Amino acid sequence: MCLGIPGEVLEIDGQEARADFRGAEKWVRIDVVGDDLSVGDYVLNHAGFAIRKIPEEQVERTVELYEQAATGGEPG
Amino acid sequence: MTGALEFRDPDRAGRLVDRLEALVADTGPLRVMHVCGSHEEAIAEFGLRSVLPEGLTVAMGPGCPVCVTDLPEVDEAVALAKAGHTVATYGDMVRVPGTESSLADASAAGANVRTVYSAGEAVDLAEELDREVVFFATGFETTAAPTATVLREGPPSNFSVLSAHKYVPPAMDVVAGHPDTRVDGFLAAGHAATITGTDPFEGVVERHDLPVVVGGFEPLDVLLGLVRLVEDVRDGTATVTNAYPRCVSDAGNPAAQAALWEVFERVPGEWRGIAEVPDATLRIREAYAGYDARRRFDIETPDDDRTTDCICGEIMAGRAGPEDCPLFGEECTPQNPVGACMVSDEGPCRITREYGGRR
Repeated sequence: MCLGIPGEVLEIDGQEARADFRGAEKWVRIDVVGDDLSVGDYVLNHAGFAIRKIPEEQVERTVELYEQAATGGEPG
Repeated sequence: MTGALEFRDPDRAGRLVDRLEALVADTGPLRVMHVCGSHEEAIAEFGLRSVLPEGLTVAMGPGCPVCVTDLPEVDEAVALAKAGHTVATYGDMVRVPGTESSLADASAAGANVRTVYSAGEAVDLAEELDREVVFFATGFETTAAPTATVLREGPPSNFSVLSAHKYVPPAMDVVAGHPDTRVDGFLAAGHAATITGTDPFEGVVERHDLPVVVGGFEPLDVLLGLVRLVEDVRDGTATVTNAYPRCVSDAGNPAAQAALWEVFERVPGEWRGIAEVPDATLRIREAYAGYDARRRFDIETPDDDRTTDCICGEIMAGRAGPEDCPLFGEECTPQNPVGACMVSDEGPCRITREYGGRR
């Protein structure tokens, strides 16, 4: 029930979006995502609802966070 | 977008584990707790416990939504199904035993029980069917916000909700405050925090002087969260740290929160086997009373006479492990579960049974 999966938005139709979840396509509701979405954005999906637009720059930053933690650096 | 491999890169994982080893050598043995079934699944699936330092215990807390749904709540759903209404719910809930039977048992005896993937699907079902459809709505913030969203839209009049939704942060308070539970810090659930933000954990930090790190669910996310948490324990820093910023912000998702709190209010309620938590059960507000199954129907449930040896509650409170239970793997198996912890994919007993024990 609590499995959150990121997917890429392929098509938007009103309050729903078709998204690609690592190869599986599914329509999800986007009315509580709390952000404007465009095709190509990534969303975190939860029980049929997108709950977060995942900013691209934060994904890149995640890799930096791993590196900092591994080397004992302070979180930036 | 960066591929999943970057979140699972074995070289980085190895270096994060080395870092944990070095930290735990400094701190001495410590016990941290996660509060999310998906964290347990990630830890078990990727075998993380086998690579963690000896001295670091990662205990399971009350994070499996199916497991903390209280027995009388299951009984209510079963009673509604037996009374001839269609009961729609998430797949995991169907096999959870009630006092006398589960929804699966009721279905086998002719009741109409449907598995849905989302609150939206439950509404679709009500639109298709010319009968009462009750959505037995379980889960934490991440599923409660969608339930709230469909109620705000004015679903058909034959649709109602039996809410067993729960709100996580107060349960962390209860567990942290229990005299028999040692917790040196919490790894908080990233997806619930996607909705609520990190702010609700500030109170937990203040009241218990414990660090809380919000963590994600890829193997490297979990390791990163643990490194930050152990660093905080070492430094005696009781703060909230967001180690999952790609999905979680301080303030969370305001649109989802607006829906959640417009429809639900926090009331006292039992978390199965753990305790009555003062303000962590989500009840439908008066403004949406017309859709509240408890107000629409007169629900008669059997007396709660729990006599089983199942220690689900102790396990969910982090005071025991699955293998401490006399029923584990004997009377209680995934095929014939006695407790909810053996039913759900996120249940500690089910996960331990599937992926093996702690070490």
